[in-house]
Amino acid sequence: MAHSEDIDPETIYRTDALIAEDIDAYLETHQHKTMLRFITCGSVDDGKSTLIGRLLYDSKMIFEDQLATLEADSKKVGTQGQEIDFALLVDGLAAEREQGITIDVAYRFFATEKRKFIVADTPGHEQYTRNMVTGASTADLAVILIDARQGILTQTRRHSYLAHLIGIKHLVVAVNKMDLVGYDQAVYEKIIADYTAFAEEIGIAAFTPMPISGLSGDNITSKSDNTPWYNGPTLVQHLENVEVMVTANQARPLRMGVQWVNRPNLDFRGFSGQIASGTVKPGDQVRILPSGKTTTVKRIVTLDGDLDEAVAGQSVTLTLADEIDCSRGDVISAVDAPPQVADQFETTIVWMDESELLPGRSYWMKIGTQFVSATVQPPKYQVNVNNMEQLAAKTLELNGIGVAEIATDRPIIFEPYADNRDLGGFILIDKISNATVAAGMLHFCLRRSQNVHWQDVDVDRAAHALQKRQEPRVVWFTGLSGSGKSTIANMVEKRLHALGKHSFLLDGDNVRHGLNKDLGFTDVDRVENIRRIGEVAKLMADAGLIVLTAFISPFRAERQLVRSMLPDDEFIEIFVDTPLAVAEERDVKGLYKKARAGELKNFTGIDSDYEIPQNPEMRIDTTKMSPEEAAEIIVDKIVGSWSYTI
Amino acid sequence: MSLTHLQRLESEAIHIMREVAAEAEKPVMLYSVGKDSAVMLHLAKKAFFPSPPPFPLLHVDTTWKFQEMYKLREKSAKDAGMELLVHQNPEAKERGINPFDHGGLHTDMWKTQGLKQALDQYGFDAAFGGARRDEEKSRAKERIFSFRSANHRWDPKNQRPELWKLYNTRKSKGESIRVFPLSNWTELDIWQYIHLENIEIVPLYFSARRPTVERDGMLLMIDDDRFRFEEGEKPVERSIRFRTLGCYPLTGAVESEATTLPQIIQEMLLTTTSERQGRAIDHDQAASMEKKKQEGYF
Repeated sequence: MAHSEDIDPETIYRTDALIAEDIDAYLETHQHKTMLRFITCGSVDDGKSTLIGRLLYDSKMIFEDQLATLEADSKKVGTQGQEIDFALLVDGLAAEREQGITIDVAYRFFATEKRKFIVADTPGHEQYTRNMVTGASTADLAVILIDARQGILTQTRRHSYLAHLIGIKHLVVAVNKMDLVGYDQAVYEKIIADYTAFAEEIGIAAFTPMPISGLSGDNITSKSDNTPWYNGPTLVQHLENVEVMVTANQARPLRMGVQWVNRPNLDFRGFSGQIASGTVKPGDQVRILPSGKTTTVKRIVTLDGDLDEAVAGQSVTLTLADEIDCSRGDVISAVDAPPQVADQFETTIVWMDESELLPGRSYWMKIGTQFVSATVQPPKYQVNVNNMEQLAAKTLELNGIGVAEIATDRPIIFEPYADNRDLGGFILIDKISNATVAAGMLHFCLRRSQNVHWQDVDVDRAAHALQKRQEPRVVWFTGLSGSGKSTIANMVEKRLHALGKHSFLLDGDNVRHGLNKDLGFTDVDRVENIRRIGEVAKLMADAGLIVLTAFISPFRAERQLVRSMLPDDEFIEIFVDTPLAVAEERDVKGLYKKARAGELKNFTGIDSDYEIPQNPEMRIDTTKMSPEEAAEIIVDKIVGSWSYTI
Repeated sequence: MSLTHLQRLESEAIHIMREVAAEAEKPVMLYSVGKDSAVMLHLAKKAFFPSPPPFPLLHVDTTWKFQEMYKLREKSAKDAGMELLVHQNPEAKERGINPFDHGGLHTDMWKTQGLKQALDQYGFDAAFGGARRDEEKSRAKERIFSFRSANHRWDPKNQRPELWKLYNTRKSKGESIRVFPLSNWTELDIWQYIHLENIEIVPLYFSARRPTVERDGMLLMIDDDRFRFEEGEKPVERSIRFRTLGCYPLTGAVESEATTLPQIIQEMLLTTTSERQGRAIDHDQAASMEKKKQEGYF
């Protein structure tokens, strides 16, 4: 390894002489270091782990005992012969060490005289888009590694697109393994020209190119004599000098999501949170969202005494001059430049779960400190991350990226992701498995969400119900095909009718042929089917009716969704429990036979799941009870629970 | 105004603790009395000031910690205004499990099993731990919010993606979360922060003359009369200190003259061995920590 003499790695990382002679002076300088988070992206053979290993090694983050282990490991499983295999330093888990690939996001640390660095190490494998997006979400900068022998590959485009999508403003395009192409300037220039053309295409405004070798250390910490034609900074110099996001955010208007209300006693009420953008001083006028009320900041309270000012990135506790309603999820903002509030958005979604997106299903959404329910519309298009082509899509699968509209069940406070990651980035959580199924970025709110207002009606749902002298109900029958739902529901309706009750039965026949005739039987369509039925049932209940529905409704999440649309006690879930074998033996409509013969796809119980209700209001065991008996106890349940009858 | 790296690490840890306080049903802070625990406790005081931290401290005790650790434990909890829960595995106690006779079983029964017992017994659904990602390779990939099944197992292949500052704390009944607010701190960060913030730590971190024996290349301190001498061993006074603290017969000391924090940091920076080297537990095999963690070790 040949280096010019101007910068010695020793001075960049730490000065052992100063440590030995004047530790206090050394500590003093080190207390003023800033911090940069970055991500390295490259495909399996681009030398990513080697580069990170090199940065750690040069910064002396590797101790002798670790080095001894490393040397032993290098000989055992290393790919560099008798040389030290830096990659082994960073490939952590046993499973991936054996496979020789990095399979997840790992975080590494090193420091120079100026900065501490956190490196997110993410894999280059095709199936791991989710890992890269995860690693990039907290990064200020991305290093895109290109193998000088290979030039720009599909992965290079993919990683660049993802880094750009996540809003990383500082891109370093590092042409690696320059030693293997004889430090040929022409090779380097060609790659950079290709990359420039590609960057323009996808809207990357600026990037910093550099020729390096992670293995032999060229242009990493010191300028390499092997590339006299290169006049730019070394990788470490560049990393030390770019502006970090949190500092840039200070110039924007104040936003602080309230995390926790601090109430030790009746005399103190503080609002704790991390400042997402801007600065705040006692005496500043602020606006609390979503209420829109204004007040003044009284104190910035910390254990070490009150502060005169706090800035983006700090976790603080504010007290306010007025007793204003403010709780977790609210946002304290600059009085004259508050963020927007809306409930429908255009977003980009990155799907991260094995089970695909179900448009129309209700997911939890976490954005800042706000936690709401949200439904996703079918994507407008999906992006092919290899060539950025927009493809038509009905759903998104694991690692799929698409643009889709999202509606939340109540208005949320947000900012476009490009302006503010904290108030524009969100995750979606499956309500049953609790898995984080997607990450998303809000772009803008849809105008209609601000313009559609509920029309106040004088004849309201209570008036409708009173006129009919009954309390509205949605009686939801669920169970396998052929379990007896329609038969029982029909008998229940006849009895209600005889009792003078106003009811309506929704079933496959009157819904599938009309309202939902555009829907098939895939999971996506099943979710939409039930959502529409739920909405119709809700409207009918608003009109004062007792609504009976008889649908398989196989998924817990959708039944829960309908339940959540109605006031407490109005939703009665009835599980018509017939074992699959019994339903199949009855096979009233001959459907099971067809499904078994493969003529019917996505048939519940055969090749599509049925999720058994966990806490239904009633469970009808049809192997122990006739439909007549079942109808009788159900009518008792409906009519008997009323406070008044005819 | 640029925030320093320590300010940002502090702010991140506080943010994490407040998320847990807001979203978990019954959080607890695991407190081992070591330097990382001391930093974590200090951050908790900052996060919730002027309220005391809204959770108790839990010490999973092996009965084999250094005497000075027990002393500081009581004092720290009292100073923070927090409840201190101490759990000692009754089965390990009854069977007299100790580091001299039982090797790995000692750690498993007192620490791993003891921790599971305590979490189950009190029904804690979130537990703060002071682990850092720079300590050991498998830690580097662990999330800040790390999920455990109802059997307290960690599944490294099935971790939730962790984006931005958005932590998904939803879980099913019986499942729990280990939360590591110091994930992004390094050993140097910890020492610098202790120095800057004047945080009280166990005196054993500072050098003093203490009775020791040398065994299998480790310097062991004789902390009480339960210490068993092997043939030919005699206590020798040496000027020693500890870089990491655990059960006294399992923790190796280093010879040192460092009696102040700057001197400790100086030694650390000029040293050539990693912090965990003093712990017998890591030495079994390369992937030993990963295995232990899958089984429920913190």
